[in-house]
Amino acid sequence: MSEQPLHRQLGLTDAENDRIPELIGRPPTDPELVMFSLMWSEHCSYKHSKPLLRRFPTTGPHVVQGPGENAGAVDVGDGWAVALKVESHNHPSAVEPFEGAATGVGGIVRDILALGAKPIALLDSLRFGTLDSARSRHLFTRAVEGIGHYGNCIGIPTVGGEVLFDDRYEDSCLVNAMCVGMVRTDGILKAAARTPGNHLVLIGNRTGKDGIGGASVLASAELSEDDADKRPSVQVSDPFTERKLMDCCLELAAAGAFAALQDLGAAGLTSAASEMAAKGGVGLLIELDRIPLREEGMAPAEILVSESQERMLAEVTAERLDEVLAVCERWELLATVIGTVTDTGNFTAVHRGATVVDIPASALTDDAPVYGVPIDPAPAAEPLDLDAIPAPADLSAAWLELLARPTLASKRWVYERYDHLVGANTIRRPGGDAAVVRLPGMDRAIAITTDCAERHCEVEPLGGGMATVLEAARNLACTGARPLAATDCLNFGNPEKGATGWRLERVIEGMSQALEALGVPVVSGNVSLYNESPGRVIYPTPVVGMIGLLEDPAASVGHAFQEAGDTVVLIGSGTPRLDASEWLGRAEGLPPTPDVAAEVALVEFLIAAAGKGLLRSAHDCSGGGIAVALAESAMAGGVGCEVNLPAGRRADEDLFGEGGGRVVATCHPADLPALRALAGDVPLAAIGTVGGSTVDARVGERDASVAIVRARDAHEGAIPAALA
Amino acid sequence: MTVAVVRFPGTLDHDSAARAVRAAGGDAAPAWHQDTELPAGTHAVLIPGGFSYGDHLRPGAIASRSPIMGAVRRHAEAGGLVLGICNGFQVLCESGLLPGALRTNASLSFVCRQVRLDVTDAGTPFTAGLEGPLSIPVKNHDGAWYGDPSTARVVLRYHGENPLGAVDAVAGVANAAGNVMGLMPHPEEAVDPLLGSVDGLGLISALVRA
Repeated sequence: MSEQPLHRQLGLTDAENDRIPELIGRPPTDPELVMFSLMWSEHCSYKHSKPLLRRFPTTGPHVVQGPGENAGAVDVGDGWAVALKVESHNHPSAVEPFEGAATGVGGIVRDILALGAKPIALLDSLRFGTLDSARSRHLFTRAVEGIGHYGNCIGIPTVGGEVLFDDRYEDSCLVNAMCVGMVRTDGILKAAARTPGNHLVLIGNRTGKDGIGGASVLASAELSEDDADKRPSVQVSDPFTERKLMDCCLELAAAGAFAALQDLGAAGLTSAASEMAAKGGVGLLIELDRIPLREEGMAPAEILVSESQERMLAEVTAERLDEVLAVCERWELLATVIGTVTDTGNFTAVHRGATVVDIPASALTDDAPVYGVPIDPAPAAEPLDLDAIPAPADLSAAWLELLARPTLASKRWVYERYDHLVGANTIRRPGGDAAVVRLPGMDRAIAITTDCAERHCEVEPLGGGMATVLEAARNLACTGARPLAATDCLNFGNPEKGATGWRLERVIEGMSQALEALGVPVVSGNVSLYNESPGRVIYPTPVVGMIGLLEDPAASVGHAFQEAGDTVVLIGSGTPRLDASEWLGRAEGLPPTPDVAAEVALVEFLIAAAGKGLLRSAHDCSGGGIAVALAESAMAGGVGCEVNLPAGRRADEDLFGEGGGRVVATCHPADLPALRALAGDVPLAAIGTVGGSTVDARVGERDASVAIVRARDAHEGAIPAALA
Repeated sequence: MTVAVVRFPGTLDHDSAARAVRAAGGDAAPAWHQDTELPAGTHAVLIPGGFSYGDHLRPGAIASRSPIMGAVRRHAEAGGLVLGICNGFQVLCESGLLPGALRTNASLSFVCRQVRLDVTDAGTPFTAGLEGPLSIPVKNHDGAWYGDPSTARVVLRYHGENPLGAVDAVAGVANAAGNVMGLMPHPEEAVDPLLGSVDGLGLISALVRA
């Protein structure tokens, strides 16, 4: 390692290293080289994914902030906008799961805060190896504790998310955090610095040696066996300071005291300040000696790239400076003028009287290299040979077994560790299709979900990308909400190897086609590549976070069966298949490509039916098929049902097969004709009646049944038992 | 009637507490931790939940020594009503205004769950006329009450389970006079039918009646 030239140790290629003198007209100083290595890392520059990301639809009449800022935002009426973003903290969490996950939450909250938006909800999308692995149990429990530690203490409800366990995440766990916030449409702050002469104020924690090089060391390379050496690259969390930072910045933002605001995340001050300058077309002069440090003797490069948490950088006019400093003092937060906006266009830093950095800010941001990725298709997948899959002799026992699979089991163990109620706006709590959160101060609510069809993406990425987006939209529509905007976190392996680049391109294409059909723009996002170890590549995992609008918060629909005597209906089209299903438990086979038009019609129907008050419950059939959906609705409502299911090729496939947009709903029997009339071309079949203490399903000539009390034991007990 | 809602750095539930006070028909006035007097016209005091001072040292320990708590103590000693919810309960125990202490939950983890509460003493101004079981959410990491239930005035107990591992399933206690009360569950989050329960309104209404 020490034999390598400095630029290679920092993760820059020889060609990238040669490019720097061309851009700045001289060899870089050591601090400048370090800054380039961070800013040109995949994590900061998206150099391997940028050309592909342009495919996403990003515009729409209600988009008030598209991609390119700290988060995106959409208009929700009455002068309010909702901001949203999802971001990964995978590599830090694999090294130190508690702090990695905690600081992942902290980072995404500051992204929302940087818009001047008040965070109102968090979600977390998690992937780990199977729970028979001690390492995966450790990563899972500590990551959940880290998320709870941070989210609970800052007082933002964690209202949803997902957890999936699969061998393919054994070496590379995924921790994606999503935050949603509210801001006045005329009060959205930008990161671009505006006016030479204005002050730069650093607010929040001191700067220390934690997180040095996190973006390049951790987030932009594969992990290997000597990960312990990377622990100093993981940041340390301080949620109490984050809460004060939030309260303080929101107070100042509401008062209009900031000219611009930036969060310090990956690459710390380097990234925050260079983006501020480049976006504003101005320069910045930073006096490193003014920055409050946690320890003495930090080198200029360390100060510039430290990823110490809970820091924000604000541009403040001379007239508002005293006010900003006074409010920070009342919140007992450090606030320091560390420099000024200049007209040079350069990022300039001085340390002990010497200029240590003086380069065009745009060289760090706009001039970052862009690479195409190899588009080498994987061999085409073949549909599953059903005859080669043993059929379970006892369907009822198989049903119970499925309910106890950790991926499908109740996540109560997880969400009871999160405060999902703080703020008193949570209308629909975790455990359903989507969380429903009242927008404070408005007579409206939003539904929020995160979803991903990772096994489908592995075997057939175009259809998997579509399925990911469509499942998110269906989950929102089940509550009655109209899908409004999406954010995405694309978790993939090394794009320079194998078929990963091709899968990335196909997944983005599939997602984009479905998003366009739904009229849902992507307003923000994040890419996490290199999630692989020498032995294992993760599934393509394009986590989609989606929000939907509910005009009447009281009209939202839950997934719980309501009353004995209600009619059970199966809505939507598609043939259930065991290909790449949870019942199969692996990425094999070829699920049918989603019928996007039919799924959009299903979404529209669900929204209309909920709006007319015709649905008493609605639940998406996803992992585990209709059998798991029926059992979940029964467990949630404490009442069973008796249904007759359409018979296909084989009873286990009819019960546990996945794919196609299908929803199990219930209505009052008297409302069935109205529901049928509203359905039009959307397939809708009455399949049974709510009642009793068991879920009884007849499929062709075969019967399967689970008692609610036994289903609950299996479903609720699985994760605690796996961890015991 | 004006209810002072106390806010420390790290307090989280001041907005929902103020909203609950208004839902009960009262006015909420903010009281800042550095203030030495309660807002003019204060009839009752509500110390809401959160992580005051980040739970550093012990939950409630630093807040109990902040300037505003002198004013709260004088208000209590004069017979005024004081209600502490969650972190507010921890602050009142740390202040010595309520008996006992709150230990880390038996599960050693945060617990967020809807619970039911039995009213075991309807003789305080807070619980007069209340009938259990009340459906109210609980959510904390350090909420297991520890103390002597034979000498403390226990006003609320968990019904059917003991989710945090409190001594005798104690959920809320009052001082001997009954004018100071604390509880771990969150009545301010159970005042709106849209969120599933209005069983917390009775406890909040007591502050407004004061």
